Amino acid sequence: MATALPAMPPSRVRRAYAVEAKYECLRMLRAPAFAGPFLLLPAGLFVLFGALLFGSAIAKDPKAAAFMFMGFSIMGVMGPGMFGFGITVATEREHGLLQLKRALPVPPAASLLAKMLMSMLFVAIVMATMAAVAPLGHVPLSALPMLYFSLVCVAGSAPFCAMGFLIGALASAKSAPAFVNLLYLPMIYLSGILFPLPKSAEWIAYLSPAYHLDRIALTVLGAARYDGLLLHIAVLAGVTVVCTALAVRRLSRHG
Amino acid sequence: MENANIAELDAVSKRFGNVMALDEFSLAVRPGELLALLGPNGAGKTTAISLLLGLQLPDRGSARLFGLPPQSIEARRGIGVMLQEAALAPELRVYEQIDLVASYYPDPLPVARVLELTGTAPLARRPYGKLSGGQKRQVQFAMALAGRPRLLFLDEPTVGLDMQSRETVWDMLRRLIADGCSIVLTTHYLEEAEALADRVAVIAKGKLVVEGTVDEMRALVVRKRITCHTRLAIAEVAAWPDVQTVTNGQHGLLITASNTENVVRRLLAADEDLHGLEVQSAGLAEAFTELTQEVH
Repeated sequence: MATALPAMPPSRVRRAYAVEAKYECLRMLRAPAFAGPFLLLPAGLFVLFGALLFGSAIAKDPKAAAFMFMGFSIMGVMGPGMFGFGITVATEREHGLLQLKRALPVPPAASLLAKMLMSMLFVAIVMATMAAVAPLGHVPLSALPMLYFSLVCVAGSAPFCAMGFLIGALASAKSAPAFVNLLYLPMIYLSGILFPLPKSAEWIAYLSPAYHLDRIALTVLGAARYDGLLLHIAVLAGVTVVCTALAVRRLSRHG
Repeated sequence: MENANIAELDAVSKRFGNVMALDEFSLAVRPGELLALLGPNGAGKTTAISLLLGLQLPDRGSARLFGLPPQSIEARRGIGVMLQEAALAPELRVYEQIDLVASYYPDPLPVARVLELTGTAPLARRPYGKLSGGQKRQVQFAMALAGRPRLLFLDEPTVGLDMQSRETVWDMLRRLIADGCSIVLTTHYLEEAEALADRVAVIAKGKLVVEGTVDEMRALVVRKRITCHTRLAIAEVAAWPDVQTVTNGQHGLLITASNTENVVRRLLAADEDLHGLEVQSAGLAEAFTELTQEVH
């Protein structure tokens, strides 16, 4: 017979989710080695290329300005999820924190949702910095399209979180950064978001979630055809679900 | 019949590759007791705790926590846990770590109260990553108490603590037991088990060797030890009845005997110059060594 245990009121369950998310965000914001590069790099690179190096050329070509702005924005979307999840999950797994959390009555998915929220918060900050520097690069987006674009980017960070989660579930703490880079850097270059790919290599971009997020953003802004939207959303949703399921399966079996 | 055990392992077996970590192992934790789990390295203590915490599933047998499967979150809301190796987020401050763990429980202690009870209040605002090894163990202990657990799992809780901090932990454990909390403790410090445990379970090679009170453990090892400086030869003493072993030690002749009184009388009669006579009962350490050696 079960010994009577106090029940957890729903308000306390909600609080547990909120507290988990609060401290996950706080700890990452307090890690300057993590927060600094991810928060400032996309805007910094955009200012360097879009304003300082090629500013005068881009000023005459609004399409090129928007292309570059979207490319660096999506690069900013990928980082917090892939590195944030990949490295912290691998470290927590290897150093016993994940095991402790499995022993404690942590509400189901609280850690996962907290990390996802942390990534989305970082992406929101990245988008705010990108919006702040957009006028320097002659980006032809007014406030409302910029808001839509930012919301797409925040929501679009989910598949990158899931990919990072899977790497974190598989790799050791030492090898996780290398594995994330192995995926992150080729994905940036081969998705065509920063540099247009040659016609013969365009098919490679279809394999990259970054390409599909870029297409969704372009569609939302009216710069691409609507008919491919559902396919792009399905690809990103599929990557999110499959990677998360594989990571959860791996962690529940091996810790 | 109502099951009065707070937690139990019933004939569990667990194998990792070729290693049988636990073999038909049973253990029960009763309400309000401190059960010390002792055993040499690799004996199966950690596996037993992992099964009770639901971190692993047994290959055979069953594990129950408050009558429920240990994986159920309801069961885990009744426990506090201090594992041996858990690197917490170094960026969070001590009070934040405790607040985070407390948030998982229905009716936790206020963070300030936990800090006060465990002597960690001076550390409250310090980032966890800046603490010494001993201070980290103190904070982990504080976190284990935060949820007002009815069953506390402590894996080597006082490793790396100074004497004062160890005393604080011991005092706290005695208070928890007095308040009706049950505790499962694994420790390498046998004096810790001797000082705190109501019951001791000794594991070796995945099997339960023996369980009982500390006194019962000592009684299992009936031998006592006699040391003295004497001119008598080892072979002569070894031939006497009741004498089990005789060796030359640092402090003279070292004799183990089942009936020390008879041996001491005979020693004094045989050697008028005998001096430095000492008779010692077997402690938990001797009992532990002997009991676990018998399994090898």
